[in-house]
Amino acid sequence: MATDTAAIAGAPRPAQRDIPHTVSPGLWTLAWRRLRADKVGMVSLAIVLAFIVMMILSGLGLIASDWQREVGVNYAPPTFLGPEAPATPAPEAVVPRTAAPAGSNYQSKIVDPIGDVIASLKAGKVPGGPLPPETAEEKSVDPLADVMSEIRADKQVEAKAEHRVRLATLPFGGDKWGRDVLKKTIKGSETSIFVGIASAVVATFIGTLLGALAGYYGAKVDDFLNWFYSVFSSMPPLLLILAVAAVLQHKGIVTIILILGLTGWTGVFRLIRAEYLKHKAREYVQAADAIGASNARRMFVHIFPNVSHVVLVQLSILVVGFIKAEVILSFLGFGVPVDVVSWGSMLNEAQNELILGKWWQLVAAGTAMALLVTAFSIFTDSLRDALDPRLKGRTGA
Amino acid sequence: MGTIQSGVMQSNGDPLVRVRNLRVSFRLDRHTSFDAVKGISFDIPRNKTVALVGESGSGKSVTSLAMLGLLPPENSIIDRTSEILYGGRNLVTLPIGELRKLRGADISMIFQEPMTSLNPVFTVGWQLEEVLRLHMGMRGRAARKRAIALLGEVGIPEPERRIDAYPSQLSGGQQQRVMIAMAIACEPKLLIADEPTTALDVTIQKQILDLIAALQKRLQMSVLFITHDLAVVGEIADYVVVMRNGEIREQGPARAIFESPQDSYTKALLLCRPRLDRRPMRLPVIDDFIRGTGPQHTEERPRGIGAGDPIVLDVKNLGKSFYSREGIFGTREFKAVKDVSFRLPKGKTLGLVGESGSGKTTVGLTLMRLHEATSGEAIFEGRDLLSMPPKEFMRYKRRIQIIFQNPYASLNPRFTVGQILVEPMHIHGIGTSAQDRTDKAFELLAKVGLPEVSFYKYPHEFSGGQRQRIAIARCLTMQPDILICDESVSALDVSVQAQVLNLLQDLQDEFRMSYIFISHDLAVVKYISDQVMVMSEGEIVEIANSDDIYRHPKMPYTQRLLASIPKGWHG
Repeated sequence: MATDTAAIAGAPRPAQRDIPHTVSPGLWTLAWRRLRADKVGMVSLAIVLAFIVMMILSGLGLIASDWQREVGVNYAPPTFLGPEAPATPAPEAVVPRTAAPAGSNYQSKIVDPIGDVIASLKAGKVPGGPLPPETAEEKSVDPLADVMSEIRADKQVEAKAEHRVRLATLPFGGDKWGRDVLKKTIKGSETSIFVGIASAVVATFIGTLLGALAGYYGAKVDDFLNWFYSVFSSMPPLLLILAVAAVLQHKGIVTIILILGLTGWTGVFRLIRAEYLKHKAREYVQAADAIGASNARRMFVHIFPNVSHVVLVQLSILVVGFIKAEVILSFLGFGVPVDVVSWGSMLNEAQNELILGKWWQLVAAGTAMALLVTAFSIFTDSLRDALDPRLKGRTGA
Repeated sequence: MGTIQSGVMQSNGDPLVRVRNLRVSFRLDRHTSFDAVKGISFDIPRNKTVALVGESGSGKSVTSLAMLGLLPPENSIIDRTSEILYGGRNLVTLPIGELRKLRGADISMIFQEPMTSLNPVFTVGWQLEEVLRLHMGMRGRAARKRAIALLGEVGIPEPERRIDAYPSQLSGGQQQRVMIAMAIACEPKLLIADEPTTALDVTIQKQILDLIAALQKRLQMSVLFITHDLAVVGEIADYVVVMRNGEIREQGPARAIFESPQDSYTKALLLCRPRLDRRPMRLPVIDDFIRGTGPQHTEERPRGIGAGDPIVLDVKNLGKSFYSREGIFGTREFKAVKDVSFRLPKGKTLGLVGESGSGKTTVGLTLMRLHEATSGEAIFEGRDLLSMPPKEFMRYKRRIQIIFQNPYASLNPRFTVGQILVEPMHIHGIGTSAQDRTDKAFELLAKVGLPEVSFYKYPHEFSGGQRQRIAIARCLTMQPDILICDESVSALDVSVQAQVLNLLQDLQDEFRMSYIFISHDLAVVKYISDQVMVMSEGEIVEIANSDDIYRHPKMPYTQRLLASIPKGWHG
């Protein structure tokens, strides 16, 4: 076996020689050049990369690590102005991550019955601007005038802090526990994108390996793998997923990656098998046979680079599909555990919130997913055009 | 460049088509475009055959497509000043609707590949009747009657029965006849034939050429015959236009072109092809004429094998069957090679000739064990190559190598030339280190006449002839004793073909390799071979020294094959 692994270790690296030469662009370089010329594709790529960077930063805990902090208002709307500013020395401001009692009164002013009035007042006024002097009439008419004057006094003192408070608002609103939906969306991307990419890698790997074996060896191997494939593809995918989920019991990200990966390889298998069938008969593979290349070498060193663009496009398509699949699974409650946030679980929560008219969680998770999936799909199309330009309108003399 | 434009051809009266200053370019990307046709002018006289001759990239097909308005509109540009005048109208500026009326009715076309030009899901009758319905308004019984008459006219036996056949039920030659029937259905004034015989066997090619010539006379039409092979048009063309790189090199009556070519390129085209009656030491190549030195080393090369020649490979009773599934349990046996025996002497060439389906390629692949033989043995150094276990065969694998037909398909596009050359040495443990192998690769690149820089390039950066050189170099890395050339020069242009044949001959002289040269091209086989084996339907028809077989063919099949070779110009 030792010789076998050596035999497929890759194309031989010739020693270098000192003659002047320009490095010829390989097919990948040419594909990248074509992709770079595709403006729409590059914009989508930028969006996808932004999402991935966001996911990585969130995973490293650099952003949105405090997503479980609560502002203490149920369903804070996007117009909500958070009371606490980073500068405000409020020791209760940082709530322990695990504790999440609804409506915790860490800032008494908010649970104040007129808290809303105050909030809207604050919102209505020009922050930090000179306040109009109170008048006697106002005092006599308004029973709350005293309180108001107190507040105004406070406000003048905190004029600077007020400015910072604005920065600490929840632009996407808050959820049932008053958690920032924006941060939740960012944290959710971590799960959704990671699950999408990881399960697509698993599915593509299985599909490619089995497809290569079936297409290359043909005959009995092909019969057996085709039978195996037919069994998998004869069941409705969602049912299959639910069945595997039920068997695996344990809820978790790894579980969901395995579920999607183990059920999603069939499409890749079929395509790669067809590619290998086609390439096996090509002369360059016969030529490799003639020079004595082993089966494994022909399969992976010679044919694989020539079908790798198909693999890449399939991977890309699967990522899009699996991001959606994860959202659906989590929405149905078969996905990630409750203590993990994903776009699917956000949408699941939004289901109940919508009745109450709390639309922002739905919009946030929905927009994020739609943006990523659309960008990824367009990027996939551009990628396919770049890798196989013949598909995009044949030209010939 | 010494281009000779002997003026636009003179013809009696008003020509049918007048092409003036035709310029076509293709947009490659936003900034670059490629001039495929660079301002050419020629006439197609009435009731005459004009041959447009040129190698790949000469712009001959582009010219014909421009006449029919069939160029892809998204990336092709026909210059505004270009004129293709037909019946007083300029086809370049004609609206597409008008042009469509002309196509099929006044001007029609036959393509190279009849297999892909016919729709496989309709009967040939249906497809013929469709043409009649669209252009002549014929329907029902009348259309069917006319279709049967047309099939009869193009020489299809039993047209009443064959009209209901699907294209797949007809042979390649018959499919091409159906294409011709469709093209002449509306009695066009001009028939454009784009390499109509290139995909066909030599005997079928002869029949199709005769048919086109006969129809041209009978139907009083003009024919524009496009081909890469001057020899093909010698018998049927009245006028010849020679193109190269989008320019006309020479044009004139066929007699003038064949008997006293003025242009160096035309001369080269005529002389690069191996001839049946001569066998110079080296074939003339195009550079000889461009440089003006004329052919070198023209002395006759002796060929043939004697009884005393040492034998390298002794093939006995080789047989190969393919099995196809029939029904659930049944299999059908197809015998591709039946009981073939021959001996290959050291340093000599065995030519293997036959039409498609004769099993000649299968013989080559079976000897290399790219297909497992069904029966027979091949004795090499006292051992039977066909029966030894695969592990043991690995040691012999490098001793027998093959060069495939299509240089575009036989090199892995993802490998650099360096990797392609180093890989076999790496697999077989030839050379002591990576450095050693690299040095050897550079040495071989020089040997096959490629520059050192090629080492770092990818196959797609080379032309067909250069790629075939790379494939040859790859074989040489293993220092084989036997080299199988499977149609190795068939896909190459005539001028490149001569260079590669010369290279193969030089290498044989230097390394004393034995060649098995498989080809359908009898002239090439005659030139390169010491001994020729003619195969038909998996069996050997005749095997003899090449001079004997060409001068005195014994079997009727061989005689028929030799009679079909295009003779070029007879004066």
